[in-house]
Amino acid sequence: MAAYMITSTLQRVLLVAKHASFQSRCCVASSRVQYSTVYDSNEKTFDKILIANRGEIACRVMKTCKKMGIKTVAVHSDVDASAVHVKMADEAVCVGPAPTNKSYLNMDAIMDAIRKTGSQAVHPGYGFLSENKEFAKRLAAEDVVFIGPDTHAIHAMGDKIESKLLAKAANVNVIPGFDGVVENVEDAVKIAGEIGYPVMIKASAGGGGKGMRIAWNDDETREGFRLSSQEAASSFGDDRLLIEKFVNNPRHIEIQVLADKHGNALWLNERECSIQRRNQKVVEEAPSTFLDPETRRAMGEQAVQLAKAVQYSSAGTVEFLVDSNKNFYFLEMNTRLQVEHPITECITGLDLVQQMIRVAKGFPLLHKQEDIPINGWAIESRVYAEDPYKSFGLPSIGRLSQYQEPINLPKVRVDSGIQEGSDISIYYDPMISKLVTYGATRAEALQRMEDALDNYVIRGVTHNIPLLREIITHPRFISGDITTNFLPEEYPEGFKGHQLTSEGRRELVATAAALYVSAQLRSQRFLGNLRVSTTPQERRQWELCVELEKGSHAVAVSRSGSTFTVEVDGVKVEVSGEWNLASALLPVTINRTPRVLQCLSRDAGGDITLQYLGTQFKVRVLSQLVSTLSAHMPEKVPEDTSSILRSPMPGSVVAVSVKPGDVVAEGQEICVIEAMKMQNSLIAVKAAKVKSVHCKAGETVGEGDLLVQLE
Amino acid sequence: MAAFAVARSSCGLLSGLKSSFKTFGQVKHGVASAAVAQSQLQQQSRRWYSVSHLSVQERIDRKRNAALIGGGQKRIDAQHKRGKLTARERVALLLDKDSFVEYDMFVEHRCSDFGMEEDHNKFAGDSVVTGQGRINGRLVYVFSQDFTVFGGSLSGAHAQKICKIMDQAMMVGAPVIGLNDSGGARIQEGVESLAGYADIFLRNVMASGVVPQISLIMGPCAGGAVYSPALTDFTFMVKDTSYLFITGPDVVKSVTNEDVTQEELGGAKTHTAVSGVAHRAFENDIDALLNLRNFFNFLPLSNQDPAPVTECHDPSDRLVPGLDTIVPFETTKAYDMLDIIQGIVDEREFFEIMPNYAKNIVVGFARMNGQTVGIVGNQPKVASGCLDINSSVKGARFVRFCDAFNIPILTFVDVPGFLPGTSQEYGGIIRHGAKLLFAFAEATVPKITIITRKAYGGAYDVMSSKHLRGDVNYAWPSAEVAVMGAKGAVQIIFRGKSNQAEQEAEYVEKFANPFPAAVRGFVDDIIVPSTTRKRICRDLEVLASKKQTNPWKKHANIPL
Repeated sequence: MAAYMITSTLQRVLLVAKHASFQSRCCVASSRVQYSTVYDSNEKTFDKILIANRGEIACRVMKTCKKMGIKTVAVHSDVDASAVHVKMADEAVCVGPAPTNKSYLNMDAIMDAIRKTGSQAVHPGYGFLSENKEFAKRLAAEDVVFIGPDTHAIHAMGDKIESKLLAKAANVNVIPGFDGVVENVEDAVKIAGEIGYPVMIKASAGGGGKGMRIAWNDDETREGFRLSSQEAASSFGDDRLLIEKFVNNPRHIEIQVLADKHGNALWLNERECSIQRRNQKVVEEAPSTFLDPETRRAMGEQAVQLAKAVQYSSAGTVEFLVDSNKNFYFLEMNTRLQVEHPITECITGLDLVQQMIRVAKGFPLLHKQEDIPINGWAIESRVYAEDPYKSFGLPSIGRLSQYQEPINLPKVRVDSGIQEGSDISIYYDPMISKLVTYGATRAEALQRMEDALDNYVIRGVTHNIPLLREIITHPRFISGDITTNFLPEEYPEGFKGHQLTSEGRRELVATAAALYVSAQLRSQRFLGNLRVSTTPQERRQWELCVELEKGSHAVAVSRSGSTFTVEVDGVKVEVSGEWNLASALLPVTINRTPRVLQCLSRDAGGDITLQYLGTQFKVRVLSQLVSTLSAHMPEKVPEDTSSILRSPMPGSVVAVSVKPGDVVAEGQEICVIEAMKMQNSLIAVKAAKVKSVHCKAGETVGEGDLLVQLE
Repeated sequence: MAAFAVARSSCGLLSGLKSSFKTFGQVKHGVASAAVAQSQLQQQSRRWYSVSHLSVQERIDRKRNAALIGGGQKRIDAQHKRGKLTARERVALLLDKDSFVEYDMFVEHRCSDFGMEEDHNKFAGDSVVTGQGRINGRLVYVFSQDFTVFGGSLSGAHAQKICKIMDQAMMVGAPVIGLNDSGGARIQEGVESLAGYADIFLRNVMASGVVPQISLIMGPCAGGAVYSPALTDFTFMVKDTSYLFITGPDVVKSVTNEDVTQEELGGAKTHTAVSGVAHRAFENDIDALLNLRNFFNFLPLSNQDPAPVTECHDPSDRLVPGLDTIVPFETTKAYDMLDIIQGIVDEREFFEIMPNYAKNIVVGFARMNGQTVGIVGNQPKVASGCLDINSSVKGARFVRFCDAFNIPILTFVDVPGFLPGTSQEYGGIIRHGAKLLFAFAEATVPKITIITRKAYGGAYDVMSSKHLRGDVNYAWPSAEVAVMGAKGAVQIIFRGKSNQAEQEAEYVEKFANPFPAAVRGFVDDIIVPSTTRKRICRDLEVLASKKQTNPWKKHANIPL
């Protein structure tokens, strides 16, 4: 193991997790999404809208604007100057340098952009300024319409304590807990005792997972109180805490609401968002497998009650925790368009962005509650530039050297804000896209998701497709028996990629062998008139040795046309395909089953990297001779990594805690790397003296860069 | 002569050789001469030499079998233990199955001093395996030095065998690949061995530019022996098991008092990153040989052949959308030229030559619509892509290889100029930079140039400009062809004047774009970057029949 351990302790990650997910890049470059929204095409909304966001959500909003004949204005940071959302917009204004607080959160610059372009309204997307009441106020002061709810709704729902009180007053089920602010440690212990363990201590000003602690006894309550209040103070400048019952093994189900300024409010059914890691959603679906119509209606009605109670207008989301007995408890309300809104659009046919724009202009909703259908099933996978093998996803950066969305497949929608050649940088959320599939049934939607993931070509950055594909094909996920603890429960040792069955192994080995032979055959085909004739080898049969995950297989390949019969350990596998060696996708038929593999690399030494069932496998195909002689090749001794600390990810150095000559203890923090707003503390894996330090605070480092060397 | 003597003494100090000598028991006059640990076969061989009742056929068979095991099983095992394959195993890996046709299996050394004349000191084929065979069906001549026979040392017979295949390769027009694994000169043979080296050197020189010559260093290669690889077109090495140096560490210590290990002095890392002697290094013998097969496919067989064309699955009109955004807005910001190259070429396959040396220039082979092309590109990621001594020499040698062997040259230009400074001037950047200029200017193969961003000053002229007979010269919209960057230019033009910022803006407006070059016809077109592949493929088709000759001369006088 390397000399570091990633102690991105829960709270650290939680602190930033929610933030990160909302400051997302990318959206809608979607394929034929048919909305069945009822609307009057003569309605006049706005002439020009500024989208105060970037990436997919900016593109998503612009799509609807274009459909409605509204001119769009993009804002962007300098590094985003050639981003998709900038190209898509009618006008674009640079609002500052790359860091978000200097560009996308820079209200002064954005206000200037609004004035300069004469925008009549602003769509904030999600994250950034979407739930910032100060921003909404400044817009109101200049008579610019904020496409979202009124300031007081943002304010009321932004505060945990107030929103809970409001919800309670509106007869919404809330988690049993203490309604007020917890005064001190002993007060916390007393309250916890009254509610009954386990309890959750969280910051009043926080959201999502920020500064949360679970306590199972008095001691943990004391510690949790202390840590949470410190975090709350440092993160939000507000150390008020509240305590509530901790719902164990819950599901996260949320209700989409839509309200206008005329007192109408609708619930647009639920989204099941239980598959999470570190409180960030990974896979969402609509509807939920868990809700019966009664529960759904009860939740929907309560959500509408809450929306009405705060005179909510625009689209919003009421999040609930649902326990195994279908008891549901109000969690929080998000006063903006949610990342996962496309799945609701898929099953209801409504274009939520269009409704938001209409409502913001003051038009009443044209739908009645009974007009809101559940048509089929929709699944969304969040495709991230992340390494899923490191705590279910640590950010990765890079240039998308090849990028191809599976939008040629039926019933697939991809919301993205990037394209081939785009850079995934350390400055923004590492989301690549939202991949949505839908169908008449859940099984159909899932099958389409499988196909879509297999056909999704992403090169140049590490991505989480291996994890996504494992989740959506996991028997427990298919059965619908999921909770927010799904990932840690199913992968207690961390995610390790697809585990091959013996049949899968044979399929993979056979395909690799067939690909190898195709390439070998092609490499002796020279075109044109040759002065010295070639003598290509005509062979019927190839005896090969295929190495995969430390196992070795004797393989015999014979070919007839484009079909290869591959005998793997005595079992015959038939593989046929086009064998286009230039294509990123490798569609083959293995024993009559069509499959799409991807060939990521293929080198002269016989090393082939194939993506099979979502996971990348390194396969080595060797001739018999090479295989025999390989025994003589020296083992290369890998670098001793226990005294070398390398950056596990690209990012910037926040702090270096040691200097040359210092003696560090095992587990002592050496430095802190921040990437995509996540701070990771790197620690020494052994006690040693620091030999040299190769980084300093404020520096940007790449993955694998040497940071500190120990003796 | 002196150099060779030094070389020999250094060879004896090679640790690999040392250990092999330990197995030699009877030592006469302090030289390795007789193998005590003779194999069964050698025992027999002594017998059949003197026994006449064996039929000729039996003698042939015995000799052949003896040749096949070289220095015997024990030394084969020792060779394997060092992580090295035998000469024959290497040939088998390099060539197509069963395609090897061996020459001179019966040749033996002719030395009769120091007991070398004794039967047990004679090895059928001596210390090198030679012949011809096929790589992916195409003809190639090969020699593979056999370390198990006298440490692969070069005898007169050894040299003669190599010369024979080189002569034939020249006659038929096919490349020569040398697999080097030799302790050096055969001391027992004295001047005969030195003559052998010279015979090879001469042939290396005569073959240069006629057939491609490739050296793969798979063990020690020291002293005078290093000059054969140095004369060939490409030198590849095997990491950890191959060394190239004029004198070994012990001699270095005694002469200059430097402490240096073999690896530091002449290992693969040194030569691929520091000295620029080797063009690439591979993990081990197998990796090296398989990669060499792959590399061979890029090369024509001789200077009479066009660059080879292989079957290609990558559409020649493929657009590369990623290129439209690759050049950053700020002219000072770096990007990776390799991203451009890989995006444009067939199947992203780029065989880079000298990837770890003078990284401010990128050179290597790729294919466009199946046909081999040579690619030269400034690398903005390293030292802003400037030209300095090392990058000029690296680029020049590569361009000359391409020109010699009819391989079209694609040049990607983003160059801020030549690197200033005393170390460059004292090092002779003027004459070294001139090499690159010379190479591009004299080249008559199709030359296509794409200016992606900066093309400043003299470096603009050098990088396959229109003025040096570039056939097709394109500029991307981000191109800036000018004498220098805006800041420097304004400081000179408007020296001492105020409002330089304004002047700078004017300069940028005037010169920091492709128009000044385009209006003069110095670039043929300003193209959308994503269409670059399509354009180049089309141009190469047209240029396939290009004919251009330089004035007759004995040879040019490139500023060496």
